[in-house]
Amino acid sequence: MIDSRKYVVAFAITAVIFSTAIFVSNIFSQKKLEDVRTIENRVALDILSSETQFALLEETSCRDIGPGFLSTELGSLGEKLVYAENQTELNTADFEYLKRSYFLLEIKDYLLMKRLTEKCGIKPTFILYFYSTEDICEECERIGYVLTALRDKYPDLRVYSFDYHFDLGAISTLVSIYKVKSDLPALIINGETYYGFYSIEKLEETVPALRELAKKAKALEASATSSLKTD
Amino acid sequence: MAEIQTLILYCSLFISLFFEVFLLITYLEVREEITLETKYVGKDVKRFPTVTIIVPCFNEEHTVNKTIKSILNLDYPKDKLSIITVDDGSTDKTIRELKRFEKHPQVSILLKKNGGKHTALNLALEKVGSDLVGCLDADSFVNSDALRKIVPFFDDLSIMAVTPSIKVHEPKSILQYLQKIEYSWGIFLRRMLSSLRALYVTPGPFSIFRTKVFRELGGYAEGHQTEDLEMALRLQKNRYKIVNSHGAHVYTVAPKGLKALYKQRVRWTYGFLNNAIDYREMFFNRKYGHIGIFILPIATSSIFSTLYIASSAVWGNLSRALDALTRFETVGLDWKFSLSSFDWFFISTGIIPFLTISSVILALVMLYLGIKLAEGKVKLTRGVFYYLAIYLFIVPLWLTKAVFSTIFKRQINWR
Repeated sequence: MIDSRKYVVAFAITAVIFSTAIFVSNIFSQKKLEDVRTIENRVALDILSSETQFALLEETSCRDIGPGFLSTELGSLGEKLVYAENQTELNTADFEYLKRSYFLLEIKDYLLMKRLTEKCGIKPTFILYFYSTEDICEECERIGYVLTALRDKYPDLRVYSFDYHFDLGAISTLVSIYKVKSDLPALIINGETYYGFYSIEKLEETVPALRELAKKAKALEASATSSLKTD
Repeated sequence: MAEIQTLILYCSLFISLFFEVFLLITYLEVREEITLETKYVGKDVKRFPTVTIIVPCFNEEHTVNKTIKSILNLDYPKDKLSIITVDDGSTDKTIRELKRFEKHPQVSILLKKNGGKHTALNLALEKVGSDLVGCLDADSFVNSDALRKIVPFFDDLSIMAVTPSIKVHEPKSILQYLQKIEYSWGIFLRRMLSSLRALYVTPGPFSIFRTKVFRELGGYAEGHQTEDLEMALRLQKNRYKIVNSHGAHVYTVAPKGLKALYKQRVRWTYGFLNNAIDYREMFFNRKYGHIGIFILPIATSSIFSTLYIASSAVWGNLSRALDALTRFETVGLDWKFSLSSFDWFFISTGIIPFLTISSVILALVMLYLGIKLAEGKVKLTRGVFYYLAIYLFIVPLWLTKAVFSTIFKRQINWR
C-alpha cells in the first residue's frame, strides 16, 4: 500500500542537497582560508622587505623611510581572523595555524616599528591589545570596536591584538615582559598598561601621538589634492 | 552544547527538506490528474444527491447573512439543497439575522443554549436526512460552483468526505494579506495530502460528508476545540477515504489583527497536538498508510523543528541587533560603509545558510504551485512580501503557547 520507493527517492534527493551544501560550503571555506594565507604571505614579504630596507639604510637618514614602509594589510588581516573565529566552518586546524602566523607577524612588525621609533626619534603610534576568547569578555568586544574605529580614523596607527590565552611562546613572553594580568582587556600604550574599557576620546587623550597622526594625515591629504590640481 | 544545537538544527533542516522534496515528488506524480480535475470537475454533473449544509453560529451577526446567501446562491438544484442554521446561544444580533430567512423553504433555524460548535453540529445532524451533509462556518462564503465541484467525487463509493480549497475573503490588513498567501500554500498541501490519502483535517468551511459517516462513526466530538481535525482523524483511523477538490473554493474571513490570529493559531496547534496524542496509535503504523507512517509524525515534529529553527533565526537576528547597538553605543554610527568596502569574505558561507537557501527555494516553488492552483495564475503581490518578511517571526508565538499549554495541560480559549 505504501510506495516505499518514493521515500527512498526523496531521501536520496535530500541527501544530495545536503551533500551539495556541505561541498559548496567547504569550497568557500577553503577559499577564505586561502585568502587569509595569501594576505599573510604578502604581510610576511612586506616585513621582510622593510627589515631589509631598514638594514640597508641603517646609516642613512630617517627621511628615506617614507609612508608605506610598514605593511598596510595587518589590520584587514586581523578583521578577517576575528570574523573567521566566530564561524564554525572556518574554525579548523588550518585556522589555528593561520592565527599563529598572524600573531608572529604582528610581533615582528611591532619589533620593526619599535626600532623605527627609536632610530628616528618619533613618538610611538602603536597599541598592544590583549583580549580573551576563553571567557566572556564584553569589554573586549567594545574596546575592539573602539580600536577598529581609531585605526580607520588614523591609518598610521598600528594596533597589535593578541589572544591572551593563545598557546604561543612569543605571546607569553610579551605578557611577561609587560607583566599583563589576566584582567582583560588590556592595552599597552607607551609602556603603560591600561585595563578595562576606554572610549575613543579617552584614548586620544592618553595617546598624544594620535593627534599628530591626524595632522600628518591631513597634511598628506592636502598635498595630494594640491598636486592633483597642479597636474 | 553548541555542537548539540548545530546537530538539532541540521536534523530539523534535513526533515523539512525531506518533507518538501517528498511533496514535490508527489506533485510531479499527480500533476496530470490535477490538470484534468481543473478542466473537467464540476462540468456536466449528472447526479445531484441531496445535500444539507449546517451553519453553526455563535455571535456572527456581521457575516451570517452573507454566509447563508452564498449557500442559497450555489449552482445546485434547489430541491436537492437545504440549510440548517443553529444558533449556539449567541449574545449579539445573530438570531435577528437568522430570522430573516425564517420563511425561506430551504432554510430551517434551530436555537440552543451555548455548548460549543460540536454540540450545535450534532443537534443539526439529528435532523439531517439527505445523502450528503456538510458544514459552513458562519464567517465563510462559498463560490457558486463549489458544490458542483465537490459532488462528482462522491460517484466513487469509497469516498466518504471531500474537502474544499479555502481562500481568504477580501484581505485588508497586512496580516490578512499574509494569510492569503499562507492559505495558498495550504491549498497545495491539502491537494498533495489528498493524493497521499493523508488529509488530517476536514475544515469547518464546507467539508462535505456522506451522511452515513455520522451514523456509523457518531457525531462531532469536542476534539480539543478542533472538532474538524478530530473528525478527520476518526475517519482516517476507520480507513474512510477523504479527498480534496482543489477547484471548490470557499472564502473565509481571516483574523485581522495579531491577537485574533494568535488565538486562532494557538487553538489549531493545540488541537492538533492533543488530537495527535489521542490518536497516537496511528503514528508509525503501516496499517494507516502515509498518514501514519509519515504525515502525522512529520506534522508533529515540524511544530518542534519550526519552533527551533524560528527561535534560532530570531535569536541570531536579535544578537546581531544587540551587537550593532553595542557598536553604536561605543563608537557611534559607522558612515564609512560603502559598496567599495564590501568584501565577500564577510558573507556567511557555512552549511546552514546553504541548507536554508535550498529549503526556502523549495518552499517558494511550492508557494508558486499553490498560488497557481488557487488563482490559476501567479502574480507577485504584497502578500508574498509580507509572508516572507513576517511569517517566520510570528509563528513561534503561537507554537510556543500551544506546546506550553499541551505540556502543562492548560486549557485554551476559543476567542
